[in-house]
Amino acid sequence: MATAISVRIQTAPFDLTAEVAKLRALPAVGAVVTFTGICRDEGGRLAALELEHYPGMAEAEITRIAEEAARRWPLAGVTVIHRTGVIAVGHDIVLVAAASTHRDAAFAAAGFVMDYLKTQAPFWKKEHPASGTSGDWVAAHPSDDDAAKGWR
Amino acid sequence: MKLVYFAWVRERIGRREEDVELPAAIATAGDLLAWLKRRGPEYEHALAEPRAIRIAVDHVHAKAETPIGSAREVALFPPMTGG
Repeated sequence: MATAISVRIQTAPFDLTAEVAKLRALPAVGAVVTFTGICRDEGGRLAALELEHYPGMAEAEITRIAEEAARRWPLAGVTVIHRTGVIAVGHDIVLVAAASTHRDAAFAAAGFVMDYLKTQAPFWKKEHPASGTSGDWVAAHPSDDDAAKGWR
Repeated sequence: MKLVYFAWVRERIGRREEDVELPAAIATAGDLLAWLKRRGPEYEHALAEPRAIRIAVDHVHAKAETPIGSAREVALFPPMTGG
C-alpha cells in the first residue's frame, strides 16, 4: 500500500479535525490514531516553551521516520506537524496521526513515529519561566532513548 | 565547509553558522570536533563534553567515525528535545 506521508514544520497552530478528515478520506481507512503534544506548565513554573529546529534536516528526518513506519505497518497515511517558535502553556506543539485499515497498525505506527521523533528529529526546547526570568534549555530524558530503542 | 550550530551549542559558540577551511588531516566528524575545540574558549566551552554533542553531516545523523571529506554542511547540536 502506498502511504500518503505529510510532514510540516510551522509556527501556526494546526487544525486536528481537518488533519483527521484528510486521513479519513484515504482508501480503505478504518482507523485513525492521533497524538497531540501540548505545552505543560510544569506545576505553574513555565509560561511557554520556545522551539528551535534545524531547517531542512528536521523535515528530512521526520520523513525518514514516517517512511520507516510505512515499511513496518500497512498504513494509508501518516501526518506529522511540528510547531516552532514560542508556544504558550496549554497550546499544541506536535501532532502525529496514523491511518490504517485496522487499529493495531495505526496505534503502533503513531507510537513509533512519536518515540523516534523525540530522540532523532532536530528540535530543541527552551523554557520561558512564568517568573519572567531567562530560562534554560530542556535536558534530554534517557527514558526517551529507551522508548525509541524498544522498537528495534 | 559550512558549519551550523543549534540550541546551547549555538549560544556558547556565539554564532549560528560559519564557513571553515579544514586542514587536510581532518577526515571524520570526530576529527572536526577535536579541531574545533582548539579554536578558542567559546568552542572549548560549547564542546567540552563530547558525549553531549550530536553531529549531522548533510542533514543525516553521523557518528564520530563518519567521513566528512565531501560534506557540504556539518551541524553540531545538543541531544534533541522536540515533540
